[in-house]
Amino acid sequence: MTDAAIREVVLGILESIAPDEDLTQLDDAINFRDQLELDSMDFLDIVMELRKRHRVQIPEDDYVNLASMNSTVAYLTPMMKDIEKV
Amino acid sequence: MYDTIIIGAGMSGLAAGIRLAMFDQRVCVLERHTTIGGLNSFYRLRGRDYDVGLHALTNITPKGTKKGPLAKLLRQLRMSWDDFAISSQLGSKIIFPGVQLRFDNDIALLRSEVKNEFPDQVDNFDRLISEIADFDDLGSDEQHISARVRVAEIISDPLLVEMLFCPLMFYGSAREQDMDWGQFSIMFRSIFLEGLGRPHAGVRLILKQLVRKYRELGGELKLRAGVKEIVVDGGHATGVILESGEQLEARRVLSSAGWNETMRLCDDGQPVTLRQSGRLSFCETIASLDLQPQELGHRATVTFFNDSNKFQWSVPEGPCDVRSGVICSPNNFAYDEALDLGTMRITALANFDYWHGLDQRQYQLEKLRWYERITASAVRFVPDYRSRVLDTDMFTPQTIVRFTGHDNGAVYGAPEKQLNGCTHLPNLFICGTDQGFVGIIGSILSGISMANQHCLRD
Repeated sequence: MTDAAIREVVLGILESIAPDEDLTQLDDAINFRDQLELDSMDFLDIVMELRKRHRVQIPEDDYVNLASMNSTVAYLTPMMKDIEKV
Repeated sequence: MYDTIIIGAGMSGLAAGIRLAMFDQRVCVLERHTTIGGLNSFYRLRGRDYDVGLHALTNITPKGTKKGPLAKLLRQLRMSWDDFAISSQLGSKIIFPGVQLRFDNDIALLRSEVKNEFPDQVDNFDRLISEIADFDDLGSDEQHISARVRVAEIISDPLLVEMLFCPLMFYGSAREQDMDWGQFSIMFRSIFLEGLGRPHAGVRLILKQLVRKYRELGGELKLRAGVKEIVVDGGHATGVILESGEQLEARRVLSSAGWNETMRLCDDGQPVTLRQSGRLSFCETIASLDLQPQELGHRATVTFFNDSNKFQWSVPEGPCDVRSGVICSPNNFAYDEALDLGTMRITALANFDYWHGLDQRQYQLEKLRWYERITASAVRFVPDYRSRVLDTDMFTPQTIVRFTGHDNGAVYGAPEKQLNGCTHLPNLFICGTDQGFVGIIGSILSGISMANQHCLRD
């Protein structure tokens, strides 16, 4: 998957977690926590959805890498670059 | 073999089921009764629809709100604000002798009422609000201090203290006469700082949405499937035996049956660590009217009343305590379209032992007698609707036991909560009223958080 495709995956997960949210305005550099008021329960969900949808396992110590869109894509790139886009 | 078996298809069990089914677990919710809901349910009687449990949802924040329990719940269940189609209350009242305080979903109204009725307390009231707004639910070591002590340090007029405690206790105190400061803060926020609302279709809409979601995700629901025993082998729960004799195996069990009730289901021969059961239970009268309550001049959504300056939150000595009560009209929410039927519901404290001890004939007679007394007490505070009644029904602590299986018909569970949900077995957990928060939003969050903490991380 390319960075752009990974971004789409994460965006899809955010859409399902927060269906009432307008994500077209998302700023990739700003923390999800500050933009979307995500809390620890929501970060668990990003991890769970990545596992469910793409079999990507993220250890608990690495959750900090999921702070913003940019940091999430950077963290996921080595893990997901060999996954075919579905 | 299930990944998780959940005991009880009430709000907490269904919410937990959704979370687990969402992440592809094999999960089964077992319900003893013929219908879902437990304490919060609905039924049809002589052609009319009734709700039990829910007067109103608390924690109602407007669509688009990102913070707070309702927003969290919707995200966790992947539901939209519109799925629950909640309408706000028109406005509620707390009535004590010679003084009443109105409140709605904007704290400014309650504040101005306090300012008018208790002018020297308004600064104290502001201080109370800011302390509650800052209170950290989980981080504070003041969680368990007495709310009566804490509030009396801030509000110096005892009547105002009583008037603030009355609705919060009625809507969620498992403890007699007092609350934990933590619980008080949560209830204050959920009722006064957030607010009350109701779906047009009532509790059935919420339950139906939860079941629909659960089934869509592949969850199994078995009705008339009472659990007789939780099977324990080598210090682990291995599954359950149903009353039918059927055995189901599971890697873990999450029970909303209540703490003591769950302990008794375990067959491991361990001395059961019982704790004090909740004792506070209710009677509720329900009247269907031939007109809308507003046509009688009754616009209040919920009216909390107490006929003396001191509010007693304890098990009544007689069958019911009619000195205080909660009058709710489900018609008085800001719906787009009026409900078909006018309804008045009155809730009063009741003594479980009294109602439980009656034989069938006495029980029917006492229901009639106390229906009259509770209603007569309430119409001191709302327009007298008794000449407009088409049909009535009433529930007692006995009814609550039948539908929830909870000891003593305790509506808000045990005074001591098991906040971490853990038991003596490493793969048996509890959720629901004995674990954490009460109310519909609280129960749903209880199911979600116990599923997240104990059932998803492996």
